[in-house]
Amino acid sequence: MSGLATYNFAYLDEQTKRMIRRAILKAIAIPGYQVPFASREMPMPYGWGTGGVQVTAAILGPSDVLKVIDQGADDTTNAVSIRAFFQKVANVEVTTRTKEATIIQTRHRIPEEKLTEGQVLVYQVPIPEPLRFLEPRETETRKMHALSEYGLMHVKLYEDIARNGHIATTYAYPVKVEGRYVMDPSPTPKFDNPKMHMSEALQLFGAGREKRIYALPPFTDVVSLDFDDHPFTVQSFEKPCALCGAEGVYLDEVVLDDRGGRMFVCSDTDYCEDRRAQGFLGDQGVPLKEAAE
Amino acid sequence: MQDTSIFTGGFADPVLQGQAAFRAVMDGMANPGRIKETDGTPSAPGGVPSAMAALALTLVDHDTPFTLGESLRASAFPAWLAFQTGAPMADTAFDASFAFFTCADAFPAFEGFPIGSDEYPDRSVTLIIEVEALEGGPQLTARGPGIRESAVIAPKGLPADFLARWRENGTLFPRGIDLVLVEGTRLLCLPRTTRLQAREA
Amino acid sequence: MYVAVKGGEAAIANAHRLLADRRRGDRAIRAIGIDQIESQLSLAVDRVMAEASLYDPSLAALAIKQSRGDMIEAIFLLRAYRTTLPRFGYSEPVDTGAMRIERRVSATYKDLPGGQLLGPTFDYTHRLLDPALQTDEAVETPLTRTPSPENTSRVTDILNGEGLIEPDSSMEDEHEPGDITRTPLDFPMTRDTRLQALARGDEGFLLALAYSTQRGYARTHPFAGEIRIGMVEVEMDLPELGFSVPLGEVRLTECQSVNQFKGSATQPPQFTRGYGLVFGQSERKAMAMSLVDRALRAEEFGEDIVAPAQDEEFVIAHSDNVQATGFVEHLKLPHYVDFQAELDLVRRMRAEQGLAPANTQSEQKEAAE
Repeated sequence: MSGLATYNFAYLDEQTKRMIRRAILKAIAIPGYQVPFASREMPMPYGWGTGGVQVTAAILGPSDVLKVIDQGADDTTNAVSIRAFFQKVANVEVTTRTKEATIIQTRHRIPEEKLTEGQVLVYQVPIPEPLRFLEPRETETRKMHALSEYGLMHVKLYEDIARNGHIATTYAYPVKVEGRYVMDPSPTPKFDNPKMHMSEALQLFGAGREKRIYALPPFTDVVSLDFDDHPFTVQSFEKPCALCGAEGVYLDEVVLDDRGGRMFVCSDTDYCEDRRAQGFLGDQGVPLKEAAE
Repeated sequence: MQDTSIFTGGFADPVLQGQAAFRAVMDGMANPGRIKETDGTPSAPGGVPSAMAALALTLVDHDTPFTLGESLRASAFPAWLAFQTGAPMADTAFDASFAFFTCADAFPAFEGFPIGSDEYPDRSVTLIIEVEALEGGPQLTARGPGIRESAVIAPKGLPADFLARWRENGTLFPRGIDLVLVEGTRLLCLPRTTRLQAREA
Repeated sequence: MYVAVKGGEAAIANAHRLLADRRRGDRAIRAIGIDQIESQLSLAVDRVMAEASLYDPSLAALAIKQSRGDMIEAIFLLRAYRTTLPRFGYSEPVDTGAMRIERRVSATYKDLPGGQLLGPTFDYTHRLLDPALQTDEAVETPLTRTPSPENTSRVTDILNGEGLIEPDSSMEDEHEPGDITRTPLDFPMTRDTRLQALARGDEGFLLALAYSTQRGYARTHPFAGEIRIGMVEVEMDLPELGFSVPLGEVRLTECQSVNQFKGSATQPPQFTRGYGLVFGQSERKAMAMSLVDRALRAEEFGEDIVAPAQDEEFVIAHSDNVQATGFVEHLKLPHYVDFQAELDLVRRMRAEQGLAPANTQSEQKEAAE
């Protein structure tokens, strides 16, 4: 029992990295197509980012600067845990600043700051198959993708409209990639969908439990599914962020008391801090220095 | 002089050099037509350029059968590859995950290599081919995912009918082969999604 | 003044410290030893090894200690360790006919060559709590018989001699055994990979599925042809030597169920089989596995697929407890970004139906892109 595990750089053994790297290359070559890969058992639970972690581990090198966010924030517990994992197994430089990061691993958000060339955004994906809730069988959905048979998805979205007057999908809103594959953007709010279109960054998606990797190269056409009479729309908020005053960003609702008191603040904590550092202030915000004291 | 020993010429640090070489080819695939550098340290027998050796060390192992151009097949390269990576030689081109060709052989036809199926388009070959030069040839305009508007590439030594063959490959989408062109320590990727046109003079 | 919540890092460190404290429990009580777990909770150790697909009793015992006795957590720990181990090659198929038998029962024959051997079973214990176990009372040494030097032939071999049962299924000579831990699942599966998935599948899940087949959801009329538990030798073929070398022994439980089959246009009437093979002593798991294996062979025998236990994609995709627990439990991770999106939609739809908000105004509106 002695000599228990000494781990390789970035935890994964080289054979596993090669396997994941090959899958990533094919995923980039076939944008939006889900490449099966032999996902390994990671030292963290399935559903907690094992796919994203494996993708990050396979691409990460000593000159990278890593940022990890969950719900847009760097300090949510699972983001902290994953960041600490890579500090431990790869001794990699980490940051909370979107601009400084070369690799950003994310769960449920795309940063507000426009990503730039050379950056890689790695998504943690729970259910990579956009058709899964319409057809639970992999054998069937695989055929549907092969034949570009996406009628079922349109029927589902249209039934929403008939029943509710709206497309009732607010997150994990399906997109079509380069006019070919319907793809699940992972459970990001549909607010973030437009950021995927023609992004300068490479976007990689890892689903560990479901054993799939898919990708969007930079400058790839990504269109949210919609109808002529019901065009795709994103959420917008009536008030700016209460801390930094930002508009046109995604906000978290914070419950202040049990009498209906609410405030809305940036979901992207780095973006919010950056604005406050620049002196922007919302109606309940305090300058950054003061808050730190 | 090329070192012809099969035991040398690998990565001194397989973990970090493999990572760096992978990032070169990943960036290359994500930015088709853009020339990427590898570190130039690997050397393989058979007149194999260093970038090709680096890609082999980075991507190939016993799960990925490979095939070779005729002159490489006759060289010590297959023994080098087997020793360095444990990869098996494919029985036929159709079983190959990777194929390596140098300038000593004619640019291979795409037929006969796996192109994947509509259900599994990823089960297709990646061709790694040495060209005379990555620049200085006839100019081609490249468009498609990974390219902002358009890019110009000018590899030298492509066969005369390359554009027609590449167009044919494009019509198979999502099936198709992916291509990595190499020269010395550099590489240039053309995934199946890249559309090429002769550039008007 | 509102200050955003911070300090995830400190919270995690403190949680780990508290966990370690609770794991140790009352310091006045001696800490439990790995050797104690390995030798006295050996069936727990067996289950962890089986579902982690790693035969290492002392590491399994360590995992049980570390997980505070949470079996799925222990399985998870051992699997995460297993992932990091290099692969040297494949062993030769083990020969369960040559097993050093500790227990062997057949429900199909009263007596048979090699005899029935009850072995260390709970079967005929009266389930009365035993106060003697509250203390460390001396335990008698067991009676053992000298193992017979001959192989104890398997019941299915006896049936096969008469042509009454389908032969052992085999894959083509060329077939390399699959490895579900190294290649992604692909449905429909080959039987070798399916059996692998069942062998590491959750005992409770397989038990429930097997039970469902007995209650009419894909009835397969099973008999427990034979259950045997004992030690088998694992050998590996070394091409350099030109012969196989023994690597050591493992304890296995094997169950072959004998099932009715009327025959078809192409096959004569004969019994069919379901197969279960599990690390360690785990009859419940091996039996459940054999019933589910047989149910999953429905298509092979041209049987109608009408029940969950016959549905390969349903069974295999949900049999892995480490995957299942991860995904079910991931719901406790923050989802407030998505919840915000849903809140907005529900508020908006209520507003459209003229339902006034109870005490707060919706802060969001939909805007065209």
